[in-house]
Amino acid sequence: MSSRTPQAEMMDELMRLTLRDLCHDCQVNAEYVIELVEFGVVQPREGRSPREWIFAGEDLVRVKKAERLRRDLDVNLPGVALSLDLLEEVRELRRRVDELEKDRTRD
Amino acid sequence: MEFKDYYKILGVDEDASKSEIKSAYRKLARKYHPDVSKEADAEDHFKEVSEAYEVLKDDEKRAEYDQLRKYGQTADGGFDPPPDWESGASFSRGGFTGADSMDFSDFFESIFGGAGGGFRQQRGQGFAMRGEDLHHQLSLFLEEAYNGCEKSLRMQQPEPGPDGGVQRRERTLKVKVPAGVRDGQTIRLRGQGGPGMGSGPDGDLYLDIQIAPHPHFRLEGGDLYVTVPVTPWEAALGGRITVPTMGGKATLTIPEGTREGKKLRLRGKGMPGKTAGDQYVVLQIAMPPKQTERSRDLFRELGEEVPFNPRDHLGV
Repeated sequence: MSSRTPQAEMMDELMRLTLRDLCHDCQVNAEYVIELVEFGVVQPREGRSPREWIFAGEDLVRVKKAERLRRDLDVNLPGVALSLDLLEEVRELRRRVDELEKDRTRD
Repeated sequence: MEFKDYYKILGVDEDASKSEIKSAYRKLARKYHPDVSKEADAEDHFKEVSEAYEVLKDDEKRAEYDQLRKYGQTADGGFDPPPDWESGASFSRGGFTGADSMDFSDFFESIFGGAGGGFRQQRGQGFAMRGEDLHHQLSLFLEEAYNGCEKSLRMQQPEPGPDGGVQRRERTLKVKVPAGVRDGQTIRLRGQGGPGMGSGPDGDLYLDIQIAPHPHFRLEGGDLYVTVPVTPWEAALGGRITVPTMGGKATLTIPEGTREGKKLRLRGKGMPGKTAGDQYVVLQIAMPPKQTERSRDLFRELGEEVPFNPRDHLGV
């Protein structure tokens, strides 16, 4: 049993990551991330060239999810980009449905 | 040990072709993928399906499995591998489901060995492999997310045993969740994932935050919404009312002639963080549950004093 209490890092828009950080943390190569950017899976928050790119913590989560979908479901990159967008939309719609259901049962 | 019928798991016949197996796997993988599915036990199903596919897609492993399926099952549906059993289809990390291979069942490992073989082979050869990143969901109450909290997570973690094989250890990890985490956000604990091999570093642990619905507050990004009832006279005359916030009570001035559904903002009273969210108070006009003779008279008087048809726009 671990007695340490590690501090969690929030993977949010305030976390700044270079391309190198992103590749290291996701265990992917730079060419792959460049491709993900080309297909619109992630967008750098700053920088015009890969050397200058800055990503946010949320982008890291998205790259990891993209990699899982690609690997586990054998989806190509345009499919991954579409899946991620649709999954986010579904999540938002589910949240709204839950809220409406809650309001309906309250009335 | 429970016998796992990989054919049944994938829903295919035992003489299924490779393409039938692949097709069945793909369909089930999409259904149960933890990033896609909302089913409670999706992750377990996905692992089971991946494990079945790992075996049945490979001719050599499938042949060995078929043999054991025929002779290795006990009368009660359990399974004991033959004492001198040694798999010819050595299992190693990497490949399609490689990243998840440490999670395969004891049943799988009793037949094909586990990543433990990897620990043995790779030690002392200058081999280094970063531990795998682990993903879990962490459910919080809104109060816990707002204030920050310490949670205990119980995880089954595979690790190299003294004999070089793989063993599972239950690990309790205390996590300090920072104040202001949002629903759907991910937090990371560096070095708390799977153990690295050789001189490789340990992986990271990622926790996807899920915030349980609150009876009064609704969370939208970093903003909080709360519906607050006011009396008809408070709405008509305006004034100061006390409203709840996650950080305690706050006073809010409502303007004269406030209508139902009016939204008022308390800046910075939403979820904390470097950019704190706001709290929105949505007003709802509530009638007193009981009328007295006097209150009825007063409402009648009000009706005569204020000529007002709220249904004008409906043409009635």
